[in-house]
Amino acid sequence: MAESNTLILDKAGIRRALTRISHEILERNKGTTDLALVGIRTGGDFLARQLAAMIDRIEESQVPVGVIDITLYRDDLSHREVRPVEKTTLPFSLDDRQVVLVDDVLFTGRTIRAAMDALMDLGRPRNIQLAVLIDRGHRELPIRPDYIGRNVPTSKDEGIVVEFNEDNAPVSVLLKKN
Amino acid sequence: MAFSHKHILGTAQLSTDDISLILDTAESFKEINQRDIKKVPTLRGRTVINLFFEASTRTRVSFEIAEKRLSADSINISASTSSVVKGETLEDTARNLEAMRPDIIVIRHSASGAPHYLAERVNAAIVNAGDGAHEHPSQALLDLMTIREHKGSLKGLNVAIIGDITHSRVARSNILALKKMGASVRLLAPGTMMPPGIEKTGARVFTRMEDCLDGADVVMMLRIQLERQGNTLIPSVREYARFFGLNRSNLKCAKPDALVMHPGPINRGVEITSDVADGDQNVILEQVENGVAVRMALLYLISGESVSET
Repeated sequence: MAESNTLILDKAGIRRALTRISHEILERNKGTTDLALVGIRTGGDFLARQLAAMIDRIEESQVPVGVIDITLYRDDLSHREVRPVEKTTLPFSLDDRQVVLVDDVLFTGRTIRAAMDALMDLGRPRNIQLAVLIDRGHRELPIRPDYIGRNVPTSKDEGIVVEFNEDNAPVSVLLKKN
Repeated sequence: MAFSHKHILGTAQLSTDDISLILDTAESFKEINQRDIKKVPTLRGRTVINLFFEASTRTRVSFEIAEKRLSADSINISASTSSVVKGETLEDTARNLEAMRPDIIVIRHSASGAPHYLAERVNAAIVNAGDGAHEHPSQALLDLMTIREHKGSLKGLNVAIIGDITHSRVARSNILALKKMGASVRLLAPGTMMPPGIEKTGARVFTRMEDCLDGADVVMMLRIQLERQGNTLIPSVREYARFFGLNRSNLKCAKPDALVMHPGPINRGVEITSDVADGDQNVILEQVENGVAVRMALLYLISGESVSET
């Protein structure tokens, strides 16, 4: 069967969604005090940087951004080929921070479980919140996002692809049918 | 990029892509060793046996730390405290260990090929931590990692390896790995310690220290095994130190930013003088630090779903 793609969000749509999430993060945390954004490699990393830039524009306050690689915390090492491990970089202490985890697509929730374990090994945040650009459902763990760009009901054999340009800015979100 | 090896027996088996992947992975693991909580759950529930038939402090501790930081359960067996002293053969030892279902066996043995022998007979993945005068792959890889960190790339570098080339598994693993990564390798040793035919590896053989060091980017000194070869292959330790030892004055023949490396343990005043071993150009303790990261990378990479054998 031929592969078909449906455009879920274009560049402007993504920008609007991220702008709204930026405002929601600021509203919920009452500004940027003790706030930090942590992106999950690699899509979440790019989005966290976008969100930080938007928050800077709205509030004129710089929020620290970190990136974590959760490969070593995955629960499926014996089921698949090893993946390259990238660096985890948190240029700030997590202790007593309000941390917003950022990922591009929320699916089973296993990645978020791994990311939370990784954060706990690196410090003791005051709280952890979750921001995702797309929530596609099919959760296998009791995990719920705090900030959602767009809910996209999918079937399991569909895929969500977030495309980034060479400057690592998101340009489109596609629903792929196999 | 996939890593297709079940065992790590030597650098001979590794491609340039494999080596690059190992070094990249090790760089990521290095960050874990700088955290407050130096542990990730990756190898939770895996059992690793460190089977050391030869004395070792650095390598054994380095492997053990790497295993523990990946949350594997590790068990150390050294020949002096095992049934080997009661006359058990390597094969019987291996079979008995195998019955307890370890996932990985890290082995050091005085016989070349011992890890390969085990790899054919047990289901566990085998990591060679030094076999006779054959290979010591994790040492070569940590050397490459240290060089790459300082020089950016290995391609085109001049690396001088000086000492007992014949009996050095560190030298052999390094020559093979460095040549694969595009470095040129120069060797210097007393005639009795230079294996015939070593030129076939592509390394260049020198006879004078100053010529070998001329323009070198890296100077790798090897330990003279005083307990083994000290009395038969060289006339005297003093003569060896004079013609083949690294000191402040002959180091000037190398490039001014040349790295000074040594796999340890050092015989101070024999193959290297103390002021050079502790000098600005030495990266000896960085080699030790990188050793943990490289061994974590190796254990991690062989622990995924195996794609094919060896």
